[in-house]
Amino acid sequence: MNLEKVIFAFFIVLALTLNFGFFIGDIANPVHHNVYELFAAIVVSLIATILKFGDRTHIGAVLLATSLVADLQLIIAAIVWGYIEQVSDTGMTPHAMAAIVSLSGGAVLANITSVILLVTETIMVRR
Amino acid sequence: MVRHNIVFVLLRRLHSPLIALVCVYAVCILGFVLIPGLDDKGQVWHMDFFHAFYFVSFMGTTIGFGEIPYAFTEAQRMWATVSIYATVVVWLYGIGFLLTILQEPGFVQLMQQTSFQRKIRRIRDPFYLVCGYGDTGSKLVRALTESSITAIVIEIDPERVNILELEDHRIFVPGLCADASTPDSLIMAGVKSKNCIGVVALTNDDAVNLRVAITSTLLNPGVRVIARAETHDAENNICSFGNSEVINPYVTFAGRLAMAIHSPGAFLLHEWLTSVPHENLTEPLFPPHGKWILCGYGRFGKAVHERIVAEGLEVTIVEAKPEKTNAPGNVIVGRGTEAVTLEQAGIKDAVGIVAGTDDDANNLSILMTARELKPDLFMVVRQNSRSNDAIFKAADIDLIMRRGSIIAHKLFAMMRTPLLTKFLRLAREQEESWANQLISRIGGIIADQPPITWEIDITKASAPAVFDRLLAGADIQLHSLLKDPQNREQILPCIPILISRENRQHMLLPDLDMKIEIGDEILFCGNIKARRMTDWLTMNPYVFNYIVTGEEHPSGYLWNLLTRNKKQASPS
Repeated sequence: MNLEKVIFAFFIVLALTLNFGFFIGDIANPVHHNVYELFAAIVVSLIATILKFGDRTHIGAVLLATSLVADLQLIIAAIVWGYIEQVSDTGMTPHAMAAIVSLSGGAVLANITSVILLVTETIMVRR
Repeated sequence: MVRHNIVFVLLRRLHSPLIALVCVYAVCILGFVLIPGLDDKGQVWHMDFFHAFYFVSFMGTTIGFGEIPYAFTEAQRMWATVSIYATVVVWLYGIGFLLTILQEPGFVQLMQQTSFQRKIRRIRDPFYLVCGYGDTGSKLVRALTESSITAIVIEIDPERVNILELEDHRIFVPGLCADASTPDSLIMAGVKSKNCIGVVALTNDDAVNLRVAITSTLLNPGVRVIARAETHDAENNICSFGNSEVINPYVTFAGRLAMAIHSPGAFLLHEWLTSVPHENLTEPLFPPHGKWILCGYGRFGKAVHERIVAEGLEVTIVEAKPEKTNAPGNVIVGRGTEAVTLEQAGIKDAVGIVAGTDDDANNLSILMTARELKPDLFMVVRQNSRSNDAIFKAADIDLIMRRGSIIAHKLFAMMRTPLLTKFLRLAREQEESWANQLISRIGGIIADQPPITWEIDITKASAPAVFDRLLAGADIQLHSLLKDPQNREQILPCIPILISRENRQHMLLPDLDMKIEIGDEILFCGNIKARRMTDWLTMNPYVFNYIVTGEEHPSGYLWNLLTRNKKQASPS
C-alpha cells in the first residue's frame, strides 16, 4: 500500500462525492443545495488538481484536464451564486439556482471521468 | 530527448506549498462564515462566502481594508488574528519555496536550456554550429557574424559561455553550455534543423571532435562538417565518412609560418584573401634568407622544421628536453631563454629566429635575449593565448603567428567560398613573382581595407541575367561582368582570380576576353562596392542589357510594346 496513492484516490473520490451531494435534489429548489457543500467541493477539487500536477504520463494529463474542467465549472457556479446574492437585485430565484446546479452537474460529469480513469489505471496496474 | 515544460516542472515542485495555501484559505474562509457577527442594527448576521473570501483575500495579502461590511465582534476578531498569522506564514512559506526552486542549479540549467531552444527555433536563416569557443572559435564566430552569417555556439566551460554572452556581436549568437560530445546537446543546438548548413568542431580534444563529426553526419546526412584534429590518426578517422573536412592546427600553422619565411609574397596573398572583415591590412614582410634558429621542438616545432628544411634553409634547433621530443642529434639543449644557449646555437651567424615553444612567457623571453645579442635579427614568435595580445604587440616583433587567428582565418575562408580554398591551393604552386604581381594588382584596387572575395555562379538562381542571355545564344566575355552599371566605360575595382568549369578545369587569373559558359563558377577579389555592383548586374536583366549593349532597355510592358512597334516601323 502506498500512502501517496491513498491520498490521491481519496481526494479524487471525495471531489466526486461532495460534488454529487451538492448536485442531487430538485434542480431549482435552493433548500436542496447547501452552500457549504459547494465550498467544500471547490476546495477538495482544487487540492485534487494540485495533486495531479506533474504526472507526465498520458493518463496523468487527461486526469489533470478533467480536474481543471471540474474546477472551472464549480468556480463559475460559485461566481454566479455570489453575483446573484450580492450584486443583482433579484436575490436567489429558482431560475438562478437551476443555472448554478446545472453548472455543478457538469463538474460531476468531469469528476466521474476522473474516477473512471483512476479505476482504469488501478485495474491496469493490478498491484 | 524529453522536452520539459518549465511550468509543469515548477508546479510539480510546488505541490506542498500550493496545497497548504488552499487548505489555510479554506479553513479561514469557513471560520468567518460560521462565526456569527452583528450587523449595524445589532442583529445576528452571518458572513456569506463571498464576503469571507473577499476579507481573507485582502487580509492574507496584508492589504487590510478594515472590518467590512460591519464592525467585527470579539469572536470574529479572535478568528481574524489566527487567520492573519496562518495566511502570512503560508504565503511566506510558498514564496520562499518558489525562490529556492528558482535558484536551484538544476532548475536554472533547465530554464537556460528552454530559453536556448526557444532562440534556436526562432532562427530562420541558415546557420553554422560552432562547437568550442576558445581562441579559434571566438575569432571564427566574430568573422561569421561580421559577414552576416548566423552562428550557434556549444561550449563546455560556463565561463567561456559568459564571455560570449557579454560580447557584442552584430548578429545575436546563442550559446549553450553543454558537452558537445553528447548527441543531446547537438540536437538541442539544432543540428537536425534543415537550416543547419555546417558543424565546426573546434574543441581541444580530438576524441570530442570525432564524436561531433560522427553524430552530426548521422543525425543530418549531407551537413558539412569541419573538424579540428591534432593527430594524423584522428584526421584519417574523421575524413573517412560523410563530407567531412579536417583542419590540423599544427600543420596549418607551421605551413603558414614556413610560407612566411620562404615566400613572403604568397604568404601575404594568403593573409589578404583569407582576412576577416574589419581587420587591419597585413603589411608585406621580407624575411632574410640564411641560417635560422628554431626554439622549441614540440608538435609545432616539428611541423615548422619539416617545412623549413624542405625549403632548403639551414636550421638549428634549440630544445629543453631533446630525449622526450625525439629531437635530431645536432640539437642544442636548453630553453633558449639564456644567452649561453643562443650563442651555442650560433646566433652571431643567424639571420632569423623562431620562438615556437608552447609557453608565451618563454617565447617572449627568448626574443628579448636574442635581441640583446643581435638587434637586427628577424624575429618570428608563436603566440598561444589571445589574452597576451597586448604584450606581444608591445614587444615590436617582426611576425607574430597567432594560432587561433590563423586557424580561424582558414576556416572562415573555407566556409565562405569553397572556390577560395581551390584558388589558394593552386596559388601555392605558382612562382613567388606571380604572387607578388597579383599582390600589387590587388593592392591597386583596394584602399586600406582588406580585400574581400566572392563567387558568382553562372546559374539560373545565382546570376539570372547572365544565364538568360547565354541561354538565348549570346556570347558574353568575362569583362562584361566587370563593367560599372552606373557607367559602362568604367571598370569595377575587382579582379576575377579563378574560373572553375565543369570537368574540374580551373583557370587562374583568366583572360578578360574569355567567353563565359553556363555552369562557370567565378571567384572575384575586390572591395565591397565592386561586390555589390557585380551582384546587381548579374541579377538584373535590364542593367546587364545596358552593360552589354549600351542601350537603356524599357522595362515596362507598355513601353516594350511601343518601342517594338517603333523598331518594326523604322526599317520599312
